Amino acid sequence: MASSTLDRPAGGGSAVRGPVRRLSAWLHRHAGVRLAALLAAPLFWLVVAYLGALAVLFVSALWTVNGFTGEVVREPTLDNFRTIVTDEVYRTVALRSVGVAAAVTVIDTLIALPMAFYMAKVARPRHRRWLVVAILTPLWASYLVKAYAWRVLLANGGPVDWLFGGPGSGPGYGLGATVLVLAYLWLPYMILPIYAGLERLPDSLLEASADLGARAGRTFRKVVLPVVVPSVIAGSVFTFSLSLGDYITVQIVGGKTQLIGNLVYVNIGAANNLPFAAALATIPVLIMIGYLVAVRRSGALEEL
Amino acid sequence: MRTGRTATALAAVGLLALAGCGDGGTNAGGSGPGGIKPPKIDKLASLGAGEGQVNIVAWAGYVEDGSTDPKVDWVTDFEKETGCQVNVKVAGTSDEMVTLMKTGEYDVVSASGDASLRLIYGGDVAPVNTDLVSNYKDVFDGLKLKQWNSVDGVAYGIPHGRGANLLMYRTDVVKPAPTSWGAVFDPKSPYRGKITAYDSPIYLADAALYLMKHQPELGIKNPYALDDKQFVAAVDLLKKQNELIGEYWSDYTKEVQAFKAGNSVLGTTWQVIANLANADKAPVEAILPEEGATGWSDTWMISAKAKHPNCGYRWMDHIISPKANAGVAEWFGEAPANRLACAETADKNHCKTYHAEDEAYFEKVWFWSTPVQQCLDGRTDVKCKDYAAWTQAWTTIKG
Repeated sequence: MASSTLDRPAGGGSAVRGPVRRLSAWLHRHAGVRLAALLAAPLFWLVVAYLGALAVLFVSALWTVNGFTGEVVREPTLDNFRTIVTDEVYRTVALRSVGVAAAVTVIDTLIALPMAFYMAKVARPRHRRWLVVAILTPLWASYLVKAYAWRVLLANGGPVDWLFGGPGSGPGYGLGATVLVLAYLWLPYMILPIYAGLERLPDSLLEASADLGARAGRTFRKVVLPVVVPSVIAGSVFTFSLSLGDYITVQIVGGKTQLIGNLVYVNIGAANNLPFAAALATIPVLIMIGYLVAVRRSGALEEL
Repeated sequence: MRTGRTATALAAVGLLALAGCGDGGTNAGGSGPGGIKPPKIDKLASLGAGEGQVNIVAWAGYVEDGSTDPKVDWVTDFEKETGCQVNVKVAGTSDEMVTLMKTGEYDVVSASGDASLRLIYGGDVAPVNTDLVSNYKDVFDGLKLKQWNSVDGVAYGIPHGRGANLLMYRTDVVKPAPTSWGAVFDPKSPYRGKITAYDSPIYLADAALYLMKHQPELGIKNPYALDDKQFVAAVDLLKKQNELIGEYWSDYTKEVQAFKAGNSVLGTTWQVIANLANADKAPVEAILPEEGATGWSDTWMISAKAKHPNCGYRWMDHIISPKANAGVAEWFGEAPANRLACAETADKNHCKTYHAEDEAYFEKVWFWSTPVQQCLDGRTDVKCKDYAAWTQAWTTIKG
């Protein structure tokens, strides 16, 4: 509307400006309508694209597939969920996925804490910007390139093997390699929130703690940790959820390991069983809801 | 955009319906497993002008335009001659092919026997008018109108070629050279953790084939027709094998890399993978073990919703023309379907090596077929496990 006003020759301007001005005056008087118009687009996005997709996921999880022709049978049944609950393999895979996600989160936390502390408190202020850039740089490279690079690094007789002392002595492909590569991939997502949290911690607090006689360990426990815990939890939401849903890394370096993501992928891509894939996909959704509810209580969501 | 696409699709359907008026009755009365009939879809009656492109789902190595190896190219000439631009999507497993064909985005597929019937009964592919494929007359009779490419005498595809799933090993590591599939099932194998297997439920048939020869008391007559007891035995064998496996493969490039690096030293393969690994200077050898093997007999099929049917037919005719068929057969390492292809191969012994005309040899090869409840070996007193059961078991095996 604005551009059409601009395009008009100056003489015709008032004719257009009239209704626009009247509309804006009317909106000014009706605050409710104004708010509705403002929120319509984002709400539409949230409800239709996001919650709608989730609803479709849950509904289609109740359908089944004709085993021979592959057509979806739209009759609601709980068969898919029954299979998931009764069949031991799905429990094993779900637990394994949670284990991988938890291990990645712990490793990333252990690496990120000292790195973020150095960046925020030890490094000179003008170096900080460059350190942040350095942390972010790996995110510019494609995920697949990094995963395949790790496949080569971890190959038999590859660099990682030599680090451990000759071909075959490294971890090779498998669960360990999966955790390693995922921890590498998601590390920036852990460092940045912790860095942001530590930056907000005034140096004077550390000095005051030292002046009052606290040693480094005590200062860390009593002063730094309370500030940084919400940031760590915020970072863990990223590393945990990203690891939980991953299926590509594990295909490339995971050897014969399957995670929930693989089962979903196989049921969509290979077995053509979309309803069962939908039923499987509800597992990570439920796990993440539980995790986020727990996180909300800690107040960490304000750090995101 | 969307309406344009719909309109084209509608026009294509209308054209097909009009075209098929004359012989619509031929595919009625088909009876599939359990008396299912394939949906009635009409075949193309006559060839029109090309549509400028064709979308193909194929196995790796079937559609080569010189980008893998400049000498390996049977696509460029086709594109020049017909004006049909070839777009190829490589699939790693039959299941992936079925899923891709269900999208309706693709015109032609090189389906193996474990996909073809699912595609036919799912209404995803149309019967083929073999009169429009001039090279069809030269196809070996042993491949025409078979259980996996026709229903009640109606052809649903053009035979492409056939071959066996082989046992590949690193010659510098695996000594002595294996002669039996037992090498990949031996619980005391020294190559534990470096054995690989094909990542698809259809691999259960490989275990069943091994049991067929080594545990005759199970009474397996056809590795794709397994009753409860036989099925459990095959699943158990694979669960034990899982402890020996380093990784399962479905992506052939990863298999090549794994054998080159030595992460895998023993396991199932296709001839084309052995060729690529050899070209990459990996010391590997692929053999047909004494038990025989599972294998494939592939068929070019045309989608029921093909948007480029005329280019699709031209592709099917081209790919089984003597020269192209010989090219694929040599590159992929399989027996060609066209008997005239044997004169066109660079290695004049190719047809002999791959037993193209040797029907007795192919009796030892169990072509991939879709397992269904009605046992494929003709037993009527028991129910066999269907493919859905195979798929679920495969997840359990991988654990």
